[in-house]
Amino acid sequence: MSLEQFKDRNVGEQNYVKVDIADYPTTGWGKFKRVVDRTFKGELFVGLWVVMREMIKFDIHTVQYPKEKLPIGPRYRAVHEMLRLWESDTERCIGCGLCEKICISDCIRMDTRIDEESRKEVSEYSINLGRCIFCGYCAEVCPELAIVHGPRYENTSEQRAHYVTFEDMLTPIDVMKARAQKEFQGFGSITPHEDERVTKTPLAY
Amino acid sequence: MDIAFMIETIIKIVVILLVFSALAGFGTYFERKILAFMQRRLGPMHVGPYGLLQIAADGIKLFTKEDIIPTGVVAPIFKIAPVITAATAFMAAAAIPFLPEFTIFGYTVHPIVADINIGILYILGVMAIGLYGPLLGGMASNNKYSLISAARAAAVFISYEVITGLSLLAPMMMVGSLSLIDFNNYQTGGVGNWLVWSQPVAFILFWIAAFAETGRTPFHLIANDHEIIDGFGTEYSGMRWGLFFIGEYANMFFISFLISIVFLGGFGDGTFLGALALLGKVSFFFFFFLWTRAAWPDVRPDQLMWLCWKVLMPIAVLNIVITGIVMMF
Repeated sequence: MSLEQFKDRNVGEQNYVKVDIADYPTTGWGKFKRVVDRTFKGELFVGLWVVMREMIKFDIHTVQYPKEKLPIGPRYRAVHEMLRLWESDTERCIGCGLCEKICISDCIRMDTRIDEESRKEVSEYSINLGRCIFCGYCAEVCPELAIVHGPRYENTSEQRAHYVTFEDMLTPIDVMKARAQKEFQGFGSITPHEDERVTKTPLAY
Repeated sequence: MDIAFMIETIIKIVVILLVFSALAGFGTYFERKILAFMQRRLGPMHVGPYGLLQIAADGIKLFTKEDIIPTGVVAPIFKIAPVITAATAFMAAAAIPFLPEFTIFGYTVHPIVADINIGILYILGVMAIGLYGPLLGGMASNNKYSLISAARAAAVFISYEVITGLSLLAPMMMVGSLSLIDFNNYQTGGVGNWLVWSQPVAFILFWIAAFAETGRTPFHLIANDHEIIDGFGTEYSGMRWGLFFIGEYANMFFISFLISIVFLGGFGDGTFLGALALLGKVSFFFFFFLWTRAAWPDVRPDQLMWLCWKVLMPIAVLNIVITGIVMMF
């Protein structure tokens, strides 16, 4: 499907069906005829048949939510995750502080120190999820692709200001060892099989 | 009047009360399930297998909820209104034969509380008193939506009493009796003897009026959720609201019995098959109440009045006149 099809707003050629609506009757005889027409047309039975057909087909669309979940798109921005390096299994975060700086709701707080090998190390890192608006700037600004957004959208907490710490967000080491870390697809990434679902909106400008 | 007769009558009353109160609960379950299936949903699924225990959960909720009497209501009338609805619905059941008579342990049971010779007149009269439930409840509630609902209830019930009465008049002329047992016995001997074949117009009129009498969907404007919240039930909570509910569902079952017995042959010869056939017919009519709720839109109050007085009543009167002329010659 090329872009040209979406840019073409000339809808005159398409097969639209005009709804056949008769004029409102003004005379008494016309009104009477309309009543008789509607009475014996059997439109009520069409309605009955439609719902009965759906009941017989039993094509249920309910998603039983806690048991079943719909897949979410790769662009989805839920609770943050901290990724590890594929080569050494160590964390990617270098403690540059850009995410803390760019955060527009001021919810990221981090502290760093110089470790024994004179390398910068993150000592404290927390995100106040009560303030976070999940704008995605922190993930966008991160030079190491360390902080990303994960797909976990169900959060409950006893307190409004629910914090996640560095350890909570970091990919568990056993997941990393099993090579099961999910890479963030990035901003503007396309949902799989999205092309088949896209249809043209029939708007005539 | 001996002791055995009194005990038997009391047992029958208790059985009918319990069975139809329980059926009202099952009715809500079936309504939710069938409406859900027709709208491609699943309905209640979580309480018990396939949501079957939802009835128990609702019952516990209704019985244990706080019974709120709002300030500003006329308390005595507010309290008695739901009782009127439920009581008249069950009182109407006294003259309905639910099953053919059967023998158990050598004792012949008539599954009708009182086979009075004015059965239909009694049922119509008591159902007409049922009007006072919504009317008084709505007027005493100190709520404008309840008041609108009360006015609509009065208009609808009184208008459609005319249709039920006139539409039943023609079958009564043919049968020559007001007892529902006589109606049933008049139609024994196969499907061909059913009154629906000789009185199709009366059958359809009564069926339409049944929707108005029970306040079901094409004529649901008494308690239309999207216009007037829950109508007369807006200010009610807990078991008082539950009584309105039980009354409505019991009414649906009793009207279904009435249609089946008056027009569709009832239990026929009184065999076991006949009893099953009666229950099948009643189930169909109850299902039809739910079916229309999924399929049809509601009408406006003025359309309802127009339908009653300008269409249905003239047809009912014509039906009586024609029946009389045919019977005379």
